[in-house]
Amino acid sequence: MIRDTTLGSKLWAAAIWATVGFFVINLFAMIATVVTSSFATRWLGTWLPAGWTTRWYSSAWSEFQLWDVLIVTFQVIGAVVLISGTLGVTAAYALARRDFPGKRLLVLLFLLPLLIPSMTFGIPLATVLYRTGLAGTFWGVVAANLVPTVPFVILVMIPFIEQIDPKIEAAARVFGANTFKLFVYVLLPLLLPGILAALLLVLVRTIAMFELTFLVAGPTSQTLVVALYYAVFAAGVRAVQSIDAMAVIYMVTTLVWLIIALRFVNPTQIVTRAKQQPAH
Amino acid sequence: MDAVAHAPAAEHGPNLRQRLAARGFDAVTLLVVPAAIFSLLLFVYPFAFGFVLSFEPKGGGDWLANYRRFFSDPFLYKTIANTLWLAIPVTLVNLLLAVPIAFRVRLMRRQRLLTTILVLPITLGTVLVAEGLLNYLGPQGWFNRTLLTFGLISQPLKLVHNYWGVFASLVITGFPFTFLLTLSYVTGIDPALEQAAATLGASAWQRFRHVYLPLLMPGFAITFCLSFVQAFSVFPSAVLLGEPAGVTRVISIAAATAAFEEYDYSMASSIAMIMGFVQLAIVVAVLASRGLFYRGPASGAKG
Repeated sequence: MIRDTTLGSKLWAAAIWATVGFFVINLFAMIATVVTSSFATRWLGTWLPAGWTTRWYSSAWSEFQLWDVLIVTFQVIGAVVLISGTLGVTAAYALARRDFPGKRLLVLLFLLPLLIPSMTFGIPLATVLYRTGLAGTFWGVVAANLVPTVPFVILVMIPFIEQIDPKIEAAARVFGANTFKLFVYVLLPLLLPGILAALLLVLVRTIAMFELTFLVAGPTSQTLVVALYYAVFAAGVRAVQSIDAMAVIYMVTTLVWLIIALRFVNPTQIVTRAKQQPAH
Repeated sequence: MDAVAHAPAAEHGPNLRQRLAARGFDAVTLLVVPAAIFSLLLFVYPFAFGFVLSFEPKGGGDWLANYRRFFSDPFLYKTIANTLWLAIPVTLVNLLLAVPIAFRVRLMRRQRLLTTILVLPITLGTVLVAEGLLNYLGPQGWFNRTLLTFGLISQPLKLVHNYWGVFASLVITGFPFTFLLTLSYVTGIDPALEQAAATLGASAWQRFRHVYLPLLMPGFAITFCLSFVQAFSVFPSAVLLGEPAGVTRVISIAAATAAFEEYDYSMASSIAMIMGFVQLAIVVAVLASRGLFYRGPASGAKG
């Protein structure tokens, strides 16, 4: 490690930390604004609100039917996590263990939904789902959310499975384990940390997945983030504090899972999605 | 299974099953089939369907009618310029901020706290950031209030419901993404290379310019592409924080309007195809220019 001690480099370092500090302060101030506003009785033209109250939470809870929305949200997430886990882990196992013609093409097929923004493929997908009558239903929302999550699980799990020595599986075979026993007693315990990490990341991403849910959800199949969007979109109809209370509920839902996820994964995994591709 | 597959065939030569297994197709390979079918049904098929549908205009007319309408109606074709005018500056700002910060953070021992803080806006998502910024950057928000208190401005800046609101939201969600990607590329380079350059008397700027930059250029190109496509498909913050009928009428808004207000899925698919095409064109241009830079091992070798 090289440490420069000239004045210029010290100024440069100070400027960089000032930029980081500015970003982080604004980020926290933005979050604090939402939280403060949700507890405010009246907040106009002052630094802090005139008084504090918790009634916006109960009014948001009934106005936006948050109980129904939360139930739908968790049902969607549960279904997405289970299905993408099942489809993703099995496919990742095959891709990690076997080399076959067309494998590169298949990996590309799984990579594309992660690289193409959801708004671009979401519109044709929504069109197909409306034609088949799935859009607006619970399963339509689940299907749309699975499009990026199944490839995500596959790409996270491939390096994880590759690092497990195939000799362990061979040994289990020698001792007469069938495929089911091999999976339950050998592979599952070894893969569990990886599966857990991948599924927690899927969970956090699905709570915040706005575009795809927005494009296919109907009135009874909205998740929390889409309900929040419509509330902000129709601002003026409801009190600002009520919308902010809903935003805080959304934040708490997301952050609880983020904190759990961060116990198992490195924060950079949320962004870099999978083992880094070589840069060339 | 493998042992059976690779065993020399008995008398009659290998049967079909053994020959397939030798090429890598056996029961384990079949595990990939459900996910592949799923991907074909929900990703490839809709894309192909949308592509075909975009040539079948709802209101009749010949097969190119949708595209002709898009490129002759300024309300529609201007969305491309609007989106580029947001996405390219935002991506450049994010990348130019991320690179020096990543170089500084790479020297830190406890990076986890910073990376955790930066992951927050990504996890919270664009809708929440838009809602927060609406209050925070508004005329009565804390941001303007602080600037007024310090006497930096005499009246509140207009930062929401215009270009700058969307710009700010794209920086808040896009910068952490760009930064974490950049950091993973920067930390992937062997510090021994920099030490060697320093031993030979290179200054900090020379080490960056002649050692790191050539090695990192391919990584930066990929980071630029990924950040750009994210910014190009901006949707919720352009509606909530911007001026969705004016300067921030981005291409996603045009597509969503066609689909959900005019119920013209054919037109919406055409707009989605144009959107995909513009993204692809920029990505290909950036990746093609990558060929001009060094490509090779990024680790030091003894010898």
